[in-house]
Amino acid sequence: MPSEAPAPLLTMTAITKSFPGVRALDGVDLEVRAGEVHCLLGQNGAGKSTLIKVLAGAHQPDGGTVAWRGETVSLRSPSDAVRLGIATIHQELDLVEHLSAAENIHLGHEPTSAGFVIRPRVARQASAALLRRLGHPEIDPDRPVGALSAAQRQIVSMARALSHDVRLIVMDEPSAALDPDEVDNLFRIVDGLTDAGVAVVYISHRLEEIRRIGDRVTVLKDGRAVAGGLPARTTPTREIVSLMTGRGVEHAFPPRPSEPPRAAPVLTVRGLALEGGFQPLDLELRPGEIVGLAGLVGSGRSEILETVYGARRPTAGQVLVDGRPLRPGSVPAAVRAGIGLAPEERKAQALLMLESVTRNVSVSSLGRFARGGWLDRGAERAAARRATRELSLRPDNPDAAVRTLSGGNQQKAVLARWLLRGCRVLLLDEPTRGVDIGARAELYAVIRRLADEGLAVLMVSSELPEVLGLADRVLVLREGRVVHTAPAGELDEHRVLDLVLHATDAAAEGSQT
Amino acid sequence: MTHPMSPPAGGVPPAPGAEKPAPPPEGRRTAPRTAFARLDVRTLSLLGVLAALVVAGGVTRPEAFLDVDNLRLVLTQASVIGVVTVGMTFVITAGGIDLSVGAIVALASVWATTVATQEFGFAGILFTSVVVGLGCGLVNGALIAYGAMVPFIATLAMFASARGLALLITEGRTQRVTVDGVLDLGSRDAYVLGVPPLVLVFAAVTAVGWLLLNRTTFGRRTVAVGGNAEAARLAGIDVRRQRLYLYLLSGLCCGIAAFMLVVLSGSGQNTNGNLYELDAIAAAIIGGTLLTGGRGTIVGSVLGVLIFTTITNIFALNNLQSDVQQIAKGAIIVAAVLVQRRTVRNELA
Repeated sequence: MPSEAPAPLLTMTAITKSFPGVRALDGVDLEVRAGEVHCLLGQNGAGKSTLIKVLAGAHQPDGGTVAWRGETVSLRSPSDAVRLGIATIHQELDLVEHLSAAENIHLGHEPTSAGFVIRPRVARQASAALLRRLGHPEIDPDRPVGALSAAQRQIVSMARALSHDVRLIVMDEPSAALDPDEVDNLFRIVDGLTDAGVAVVYISHRLEEIRRIGDRVTVLKDGRAVAGGLPARTTPTREIVSLMTGRGVEHAFPPRPSEPPRAAPVLTVRGLALEGGFQPLDLELRPGEIVGLAGLVGSGRSEILETVYGARRPTAGQVLVDGRPLRPGSVPAAVRAGIGLAPEERKAQALLMLESVTRNVSVSSLGRFARGGWLDRGAERAAARRATRELSLRPDNPDAAVRTLSGGNQQKAVLARWLLRGCRVLLLDEPTRGVDIGARAELYAVIRRLADEGLAVLMVSSELPEVLGLADRVLVLREGRVVHTAPAGELDEHRVLDLVLHATDAAAEGSQT
Repeated sequence: MTHPMSPPAGGVPPAPGAEKPAPPPEGRRTAPRTAFARLDVRTLSLLGVLAALVVAGGVTRPEAFLDVDNLRLVLTQASVIGVVTVGMTFVITAGGIDLSVGAIVALASVWATTVATQEFGFAGILFTSVVVGLGCGLVNGALIAYGAMVPFIATLAMFASARGLALLITEGRTQRVTVDGVLDLGSRDAYVLGVPPLVLVFAAVTAVGWLLLNRTTFGRRTVAVGGNAEAARLAGIDVRRQRLYLYLLSGLCCGIAAFMLVVLSGSGQNTNGNLYELDAIAAAIIGGTLLTGGRGTIVGSVLGVLIFTTITNIFALNNLQSDVQQIAKGAIIVAAVLVQRRTVRNELA
């Protein structure tokens, strides 16, 4: 890593990008020098992914400029980025499982003779050389990628990046799926790249990694770069954490009830575990209570909700409603017992996008409006309308197509579904994802009101302030294990981030509730 | 027809990127709309195509085409494939496909016309047709719903084996029907107010299918499974059981169609129902049922069947060979799908 300050390789200035309902990037600057490891830090939803997609040519920015070696360029497509020498290794590796390592490495730029006849031997040799250079000579270029381990796939993905004449590599959480040994190898590779003058943009949640290999740090927060080019090794952790958490927008959270709920638990989870998902978990949820699960993506939060709901079959343990155990791995059983789920991916997992609000709301309660299978559509519509009105869903039109609703109102349609069903335990996975900042406060109020009316709520959110502001009690998760449980009032963002970022096993106080 | 929630016909589709909901509907629709109150653009255009075909037939072969007997023939031919198409419409609406319908019709028709079955007379033939259809549907449905097989593969396997079994039973021979009650049903004496009974069966199946799809929990679940199977599952619908029922329904329709074919031809043959799978899928698609699932229309499917049957009839009357017919059908399918894709894209924009 050179100690002098070379001219910037890449300069992104005032980049803005909006999606319907969200301003993902709000004037971000990023400057990367040749031969440095530039770390990108930020909480989930801070805009890191959007920024690197702009850099990879996958998203077109609404505003701002990108300069490459001092010249303004426009990245209209991923191939523009590749041509300049920008490669991205995505978190979800984009390899074709049925093709061999060599075929994946050369996908889209196969060595050919006469322009179209693929020369597999050349590709194989070039691939073998790349894999050797990356410290993994044991990967057979002819093996299908589907047969490789996660770490080996990552190496293949990296080899693909290096098979181009690359000047800048973006790595999106490359260590997430790796063992400590493999992380060491990754860092050796990164060192080798930077010695050769290649710049690396490195995204990770693990502060200790950034300390080890980073040169400079840019911190993103709510779509803005709140700090650019901080020294990676010497900036105090406290400063970095407060840059990541410093609140731009204060949300109004509804007040908690003065009395803690005393009713008997409606939901009891005993030793519930999912292999590869989360460790045995015990949990009690009382009517009127909101419990939050805090943790990073991949800490097992969504898996817990889905397993409680029966959408995944647990490897151990039980879910009980009113003391009666549910049939494991059965969604209909959970729904009959009064559990409802508002899943993380609303469009993919919850909504019937071709259908009206009414039909989206009534889909879990069809039996109520039917006699002998014959639907009373008037009753269905009226009941759906009562439920959506109770949540002030806009527009107040039960025939509106659900796809025309804003994110917040689509979420209300999902909540109305469970309200209509008369459910007693509500599982919320990222309840405000894709919801306008302005509409969030209203959703918070709705959720609290439902709890006050006797619903038990178990929620997951990547937004720490949301968990801390809305929940009564918080379970902090790290790598599938509950490392801390406390009333939300006794926690703050720093404490939780410490717990989820650091390997502070001393804080593992078990998972009792 | 059947989508009271979609934007009004001819309405302006939401502008791309529009995030604001549609303006509130002032006084619009105070009561739930009936499907008859609104004929959507697609249904109207299908009716238009059918009317144009009738005009074309009337112009090219005025006496032969507009003859009452010829029109009865068209309707009767449409009836058999039409019943199959109603079942197919459900399967496709739920995001599936049934490639085995023609083979099931063949198997059911030959099983129902074996000497042993015919000893039980009319009831034996009817019962066997229906039970064989249901049995094949049960196998399809069990493989797809509980064996996690892709519908294309499972029904392709049924396609091959049902036809093979039909050949095994008949040894390639035509099995003549000797039961008078069955033969009578196909004769002129059985017409009800001038309408052949098979056409009445088709009308009844269509009506039941329409009600089932649009007025019952079964239909609603079918649409939900096809629109978003994962969302349906997480909403508490037993998606696998629903899929089983759907292939049973398709099998039942095949059984009914097989009986109709036995009545119509007075025989059972292992070549019966040849290419029915293609005709039924094509009719459903041009009718407006989405091959990707989530939207289905019985009325559209029936119009699709009528259009295809009318084309075949007109071509035959004009001495055009079946190769030309096939080319024309292909062109119609392509045109219909292109139109459909644009409509859906507009709606989802």
